[in-house]
Amino acid sequence: MILVQRARMISFQHAKVTGLLKLGRNMAHGLRTNKTLAIGLFMILMIGLVALVGPLLVDPDDARIGAYPARLKPSAEHWMGTQQQGRDLLTVTMLAIPNSLKVGLIAGSVGLGIGIVFGLSAGYFGGRLDTIIKLASDTLIILPGIAILVLVAVSIRTMTVEMMALVVASFAWMYPTRTIRAQTLTLRERGYVQVAKMNGMTGIGIVVREIMPNLLPYIAAGFVGAVSGAMLATVGLEALGLGPQNQFTLGMEIYWARFYGAILRGMWWWWMPPVIIIGLVFVALLITSMGMDQIVNSRLRRST
Amino acid sequence: MTDPALQVENLRVYYHTRTGPVKAVDDVTFSLEKGERLGLVGESGSGKTTTALAIMGMIKPPAIIESGRVILNGRNLLQLSKEQYRRVRGNQIALIPQGAMNSLNPVMRVRSHIIDTIEAHRRIKRKEDISGQIQSLLAKVGLPSEVSGMYPHELSGGMKQRVTIAMGICLEPSVIVADEPTSALDVVVQMQVMATLEKAQQELNAAVILVGHDMGLMAQFCDRIGVMYAGKLVEIGSVEQIFEDPLHPYTQLLISSLPKFDKKGDFKGIPGLPPSAKNLPPGCTFNPRCPKVMDHCREVEPRFLEARPDRWTSCHLYEGAES
Amino acid sequence: MSIPLLEARNVTRVFGTGLFKKTGNVAVDNISLTISEDRPTITAIAGESGSGKTTLARLLLGALPATEGEVLYKGDPLSKLSRHKWREFRREVQTIFQDPFDAFNPFYKVDHVLTVPLSIFKLARSRQEANSQIVEALELVGLRAEDTLGRYPHQLSGGQRQRLMVARALLLKPKVILADEPVSMVDASLRATILESILKLKEERSITVLYITHDLTTAYQVSDRMIVLYKGSIAEAGDVEQVIHDPQHPYTKLLISSIPQPDPKEKWEKDAHGGALRPLTPGGCKFVDRCPAAFDRCHSTLPPLYMSSPGRAAACFLYRDHPVVEASEVLDTTAQPAL
Repeated sequence: MILVQRARMISFQHAKVTGLLKLGRNMAHGLRTNKTLAIGLFMILMIGLVALVGPLLVDPDDARIGAYPARLKPSAEHWMGTQQQGRDLLTVTMLAIPNSLKVGLIAGSVGLGIGIVFGLSAGYFGGRLDTIIKLASDTLIILPGIAILVLVAVSIRTMTVEMMALVVASFAWMYPTRTIRAQTLTLRERGYVQVAKMNGMTGIGIVVREIMPNLLPYIAAGFVGAVSGAMLATVGLEALGLGPQNQFTLGMEIYWARFYGAILRGMWWWWMPPVIIIGLVFVALLITSMGMDQIVNSRLRRST
Repeated sequence: MTDPALQVENLRVYYHTRTGPVKAVDDVTFSLEKGERLGLVGESGSGKTTTALAIMGMIKPPAIIESGRVILNGRNLLQLSKEQYRRVRGNQIALIPQGAMNSLNPVMRVRSHIIDTIEAHRRIKRKEDISGQIQSLLAKVGLPSEVSGMYPHELSGGMKQRVTIAMGICLEPSVIVADEPTSALDVVVQMQVMATLEKAQQELNAAVILVGHDMGLMAQFCDRIGVMYAGKLVEIGSVEQIFEDPLHPYTQLLISSLPKFDKKGDFKGIPGLPPSAKNLPPGCTFNPRCPKVMDHCREVEPRFLEARPDRWTSCHLYEGAES
Repeated sequence: MSIPLLEARNVTRVFGTGLFKKTGNVAVDNISLTISEDRPTITAIAGESGSGKTTLARLLLGALPATEGEVLYKGDPLSKLSRHKWREFRREVQTIFQDPFDAFNPFYKVDHVLTVPLSIFKLARSRQEANSQIVEALELVGLRAEDTLGRYPHQLSGGQRQRLMVARALLLKPKVILADEPVSMVDASLRATILESILKLKEERSITVLYITHDLTTAYQVSDRMIVLYKGSIAEAGDVEQVIHDPQHPYTKLLISSIPQPDPKEKWEKDAHGGALRPLTPGGCKFVDRCPAAFDRCHSTLPPLYMSSPGRAAACFLYRDHPVVEASEVLDTTAQPAL
């Protein structure tokens, strides 16, 4: 009798291992079939690579004021030319990309993180907590974000990349809060939540172990949306000159280029690259979110 | 013998998936006499609802009607164009779908629903004519005349279902297809609604196909019963014959597993599981679960034959017994 | 007399707005019921939609607070249980839900629903012990570990999932299981094994089962006693054989005669009359608008529960000459019928 039970236990342990392999294979299959997501992720990967490796390939001294003759067109020595102050633009750009991405990532993550905590709590626990969070997110979301961000940014003496991120994050949490709260409200009524209660699970345990895993597609999509929104806000603020003064970012490059009249003077090699790079980042994020959307929707389709 | 009201011949409906075709309905043949009540019974996945939808011409891709004929009043419906089929639907064949109560438009009054149905097929000359028609229609389904001006949310489940029956019969179809019309209703209301359907159908002398899985309901309402399993029609016969002398082993197991009020604690199920539609076993699809299985059954699919007079079944036990 | 394990004392539950009671929808109306530990039985709580049976189940499980009255666990009201006692309650009073698909979290394999309770209630000291308890529970419901564990919910049939739910309830070694429509969403041919498992719960594990359903035929198959609910009140109660074959309340008679028998020779006495549009007069018997035997008193007063025969009760003035019973006398779900 015990032998039989032992044999059974071994066979279903084996089933667990094969299950993991199957999950891996499923994910690979998912990427292969959903080309949109694959392309989007590939683009992000490439941009990320540039952001990581770029700064290592350039010498920051080349980006100092007066390092080189000013306003040079792109050439063999200066692949992207130089700007008004004699800084080598290739170096500047390589240093700017990671900073811009950093702001977007930090702001997006913080915004989403707050959104997850608030959304789950409000949706699952309801009551007064829900009322407060709902009130906060619903009223703050209608405030004109950019206007207030401008005011805030103006009043900060020295702006850094990290401060920028926090400033932008303060407006990035409302939308995720609302979406996650709405999803949580639906999931709260599912049968498996009642079963979890019968199994002795309590509030937070249920939220983290039962509800959150089912929100992962929405969280992933929300992350992409939050990062996009954060980068947009950041670039907007920076283009107005409210960005970090002592660090290079793409948006500030656009500001400086405009400040020195690069457009009027035809110095396309100064203002065009940041614009193109920012555009590529947004396209990559857009394609990724489209791909994710397809996965979430096809999952919904499968379960009905 | 008069012409049958409806004839279904060799109907096949397949879902085309990436991993191969799923045979939802596989070579189903039966006929329906005028005024007859036929029950199409089977468990989930048996193909009974798909058959009903195929007859109504409501099959959408990825499901495709591969082959077969559905003959109504001398015409093969499957060869009709979309517009022609639309004119037949509602007019000559009516559908009372599953969960019909939830398909009533919550912002339209009952009479608007009925007028809509009629207007889709006939031109209404004067509004006064219509209200008289609506009153008599509601009376036919046992609803008081006030219901005409009410909204769906003001009605009970049973009343909503009667409204859908009224919509189904208002154009006097010759065939009514009812897909589990009472599944969401309580047992007392169910009886009343089925009685209503029977009365309405008898007045029209319309034929009814009742799709469902409640054998008790079939026994009470139908004249003939067709049993479906894994997309195939495995047996068809009169209601008395099916209950008292089932031929196909699946039908036999099904009948003996029915809980009744005189057998307590006697649990007889059908061992095994219904086959996955993508992975049908070779030969007879029932062979893994059949208590009377023979080697032959695992290799060759049985043909659908008239094993006894007016009783058809597909089982190797009866091959050679055809008259 | 020992303290009953679970008791509903004059429990009422109203849904909807209204500071004052009974302006909302009265789902459960002053019901009293006891479950004691002495002898395990299977009691059916039968009723149609709107009868209050699911609400009563949720009240007994502590998933819903009562508007009036109390639910007591071992003598203590649920609303005032200490944390420790609440866990004990949760372990001893379990449930099986109706929907075998929705009961599983699609993110996890089905094992999740079995391993979680063992770890939360610390019922196994090691992985092996947990595994062997799981295998044992699966065997009782007729499932094999290698066929079911390690799979995702959508890979199993409805019948298998529901049996897994029964196994889950078993793992906690409860005293009472409330089964809320356990077979209504399962194919007919797969129901028998689940019903058999429920019977085994009583016979092999001495668990009292409350079988909540609208389907009197399956209730008859497994139950010893039956309580019929109508619009939040108890209409009739007693031994299941007697209630089914000799119903005493007019509603029960109507209910049983409406069940379509799978026998073409025994036809319904069909009555095509439509639903009532007239509102009920408050204060009277709730069944008065549909009752063939109604008289004046029925319109004005709510009938109490009378002991219509030894061991049986019906809330109907037809039995007004019989003694009025305390609900718990007849409705102790473990009491033997006094034959």
